[in-house]
Amino acid sequence: MPSLKELKDRIGSVKSTQKITKAKQMVAAAKLRRAQASAEAGRPYAVRLSAVMASLAGKVSGDSAPKLLAGSGSDQRNLLVVVNTDKGLCGGLNSNIVKAAKAKAQELQAQGKQVEFYLVGKKGRAPLKREFEKAITGGFDTSAVKTPGFEEADAISAELIQMFEDGKFDVAHLIYPTFQSALVQNPTVNQLIPVPSPEVSDDGGAVVEYEPGEEEILEALLPRYVKTQVFGALLEREASEQGASMTAMDNATRNAGDLINKLTIQYNRSRQAAITTELIEIIAGAEAL
Amino acid sequence: MALHFELVTPAKQVRSEEVHMVVVPGSEGEFGVLEGHAPFMSTIDDGAVQVFKSAGGEPELINVKGGFAEVSENGITVLAEHVEA
Repeated sequence: MPSLKELKDRIGSVKSTQKITKAKQMVAAAKLRRAQASAEAGRPYAVRLSAVMASLAGKVSGDSAPKLLAGSGSDQRNLLVVVNTDKGLCGGLNSNIVKAAKAKAQELQAQGKQVEFYLVGKKGRAPLKREFEKAITGGFDTSAVKTPGFEEADAISAELIQMFEDGKFDVAHLIYPTFQSALVQNPTVNQLIPVPSPEVSDDGGAVVEYEPGEEEILEALLPRYVKTQVFGALLEREASEQGASMTAMDNATRNAGDLINKLTIQYNRSRQAAITTELIEIIAGAEAL
Repeated sequence: MALHFELVTPAKQVRSEEVHMVVVPGSEGEFGVLEGHAPFMSTIDDGAVQVFKSAGGEPELINVKGGFAEVSENGITVLAEHVEA
């Protein structure tokens, strides 16, 4: 049985924990709104870009297609680009992403392919290192900036495309959380490089003129498409992190409340027991006189 | 007789409005787009997009960096990576 003072201290410490989790929850809720807005604001660009890609990709024939679209002709060496968050306190978000990455890696390894990792964000590093120590080839640190934006996406995709052109890998997959709601963030695996051929759209047979040529435009377009994909993943990650954090902190606050109630009851019982004992002692003492 | 003009960056949709004419700094020379232009696509150089709200009026300049322009029967769409208002 803990003493009264111990119980009191315990209640005090749980209360201050609750204050922290509550504050973090409110911060996450405010940030979530902003992250969601910017994720939505980025959508028109991505939609337009894939529409243009679709109409172009159909026109450039197989042989002359740029390497980013056609691939390197092999699919032996796979690179998994795993997008994790930089900060914790967001429930199972990061472990879910890591789990998805591991599942994908094992699936590829079972097919006899090589797997390497490129990590974005801090939190996935440790768990993936434990299992695939030698397979981690690179990474990008996004923790230095407050909200990763297009510049970071630019830097990441430039590095990836450079690695692809140097022949360091054949296929790259992007693994990131997609934000569905504050409760649900699903890890998603998308092929990033070579750019998956979009469904050819039929634009009514209108003759479109291209300047410079179709291939030149496609060549300029593909890196931009990769960049947009990475940017989208960063935005989704931001929204997912805040959403998951909000939910996790809500649960933590509620649990702390339950714990405080339980401890308070225990504290009151012990206090009353102590008073009763004291009274019995006094009465017994008075009767003995 | 208005031309639908859209300017989109990865961060947000900057413009979506009806204008008279847009002059775009294409990589093979500037070109102006009026309503009813034939379908056309071009990469663009860093520079200013000139937006003419009405015929003969003063153009509004929007500096863009990196991207391309697409002209279709629905109007002109400029996809740019950076926009300086």
